[in-house]
Amino acid sequence: MAEHSNKLIHAFGALAELGQEITNKNNFQETIRTSLHLISGALGIMRGSVARYSRFGHELNMLAVRGLGDDFPLSLSLCSEDERQFLTNGLNPIEIAHAKALPFFQVYDASFERRNLQLFLPLVVRDEIVGALFLGEKATGEAYTSYEKEIICAMGQHIGVAISQRNLMAEIERHAEQNRKMFDDMRSTYHDTVKAFAAAIDCKDKYTEGHSVRVGRFSEIIASELGWGGDEVEGAAVAGYLHDVGKLTVERKIINAPYRINAKESAELNKHPSVGFEILQPIHHPFTDVPLAAKYHHERLDGRGYPDGLFDREIPFIAKIVNLADSFDAMTTDRPYKARRPAKDVIDDLQRNAGKQFAPELVTSFLGGMLKELSGENRDKRFRRLLGREYMEAEGIAEKLRYTLNEMAPTTPMTYVAAAASVGEFQIH
Amino acid sequence: MITTSTTLGESSESVSDRSVIFADNYLNKLSGEKIEHECRRRIETGCRELELNFANTEIVNSIGISILLGVIDTASNKGARVVFSEVNDETVELFEMLGLTNHVVIE
Repeated sequence: MAEHSNKLIHAFGALAELGQEITNKNNFQETIRTSLHLISGALGIMRGSVARYSRFGHELNMLAVRGLGDDFPLSLSLCSEDERQFLTNGLNPIEIAHAKALPFFQVYDASFERRNLQLFLPLVVRDEIVGALFLGEKATGEAYTSYEKEIICAMGQHIGVAISQRNLMAEIERHAEQNRKMFDDMRSTYHDTVKAFAAAIDCKDKYTEGHSVRVGRFSEIIASELGWGGDEVEGAAVAGYLHDVGKLTVERKIINAPYRINAKESAELNKHPSVGFEILQPIHHPFTDVPLAAKYHHERLDGRGYPDGLFDREIPFIAKIVNLADSFDAMTTDRPYKARRPAKDVIDDLQRNAGKQFAPELVTSFLGGMLKELSGENRDKRFRRLLGREYMEAEGIAEKLRYTLNEMAPTTPMTYVAAAASVGEFQIH
Repeated sequence: MITTSTTLGESSESVSDRSVIFADNYLNKLSGEKIEHECRRRIETGCRELELNFANTEIVNSIGISILLGVIDTASNKGARVVFSEVNDETVELFEMLGLTNHVVIE
């Protein structure tokens, strides 16, 4: 009686440890290996294994094996009759003598007999086969008692739940991976579509070929110089690519006019931001500000822009970015009525219009990005690729940028004092 | 930390080697696996008598039991003898209850 109680206490200790092991977020393989140790150690079982059932391959694949030798099969094929009988039997141990009625036992009988297996337990969780336990003889040499079988059932249930959870996790991971791939495909399709649209917009205007793509790239540069994250930078690029989508509805002869257009034509052309907004608004963009960028990219901080004459803070930030990128591209490319302007002039223009047309912090970020490239701090040749090497490396550009940035951003005390002293506001002692 | 020592037969080649391995205070998974590894290594290198000394061992848990059963099985397959020495009374009771004493000599 006392020995029986001691055995029970020892087995319950192992059961408690098993519960703890299963709930720990350990490596799954290690959990199963420990589980097999705990069953063996709880009842003094000489050898055994834990297998996971693969419903795709209809196989029991060994996850942990102890004392069964190198020649023990690591994968056991099941037939539908085996599966049916497992489900009918549920989570109850089957003596090997009775398990021989199962078709798969007949196939592997010699291996089981050689290793003196005694007990087989199908692991059935929520009416699903998840695995099986194979247990050898006890060290005492005695047969398994009914209470020991109950302990094995209880421990088997824990192991079955662990396998089931692992299967669920694997399925979730598989679905997540599929979703990620699908998302990547959709994203790539979206970008291809955006680029196709940009190309279609630019096709209407032979003089500004590539304009939308360049505005997209310049917007991307500004956003990345502002320190935005990858998705936001991507959003800024898309906003740039699509900012002129409304021009698709403007007559080609107005867009391509080799002269300054008249007031009527100008009114027609100036509708393109609102039309662009109408086109883009119904589309579900991953980046929500894209339609706003199209609508407000001709607004100015001083309220003299169009279509709504908005002031500074009324203008969406993304539209300010696209506005700067758009204007910069207009100044640095040849137009039917105007030749491309030298870089120094363009820098002057941006500085002069900072606070009037352009947001000053965007101008400094953009020019800062240009200077980083010229000084070698940024080895990415983003500006050179868009503007051409000769244009970017014209004499004195780097100096001009340094000077302009210093003037525009008197943020350090030294710079401020130096600037103030130069105009004689106060003396430095 | 496993302390091991080997007592060599003095007179002739026919006297087999006896390896002594000392178990830790608590024989659980961590210390048990170290012992298992060491036992296997000794058996693989030809040791035919393995003494596991439990003088410092107070508790052996279920995983420890399973590991000891593995050592017994490995030794038996290689024709080696396993001896448990200086085992406390409670642990002897546990070994008897679970049948380990059917396979080893307790000294």
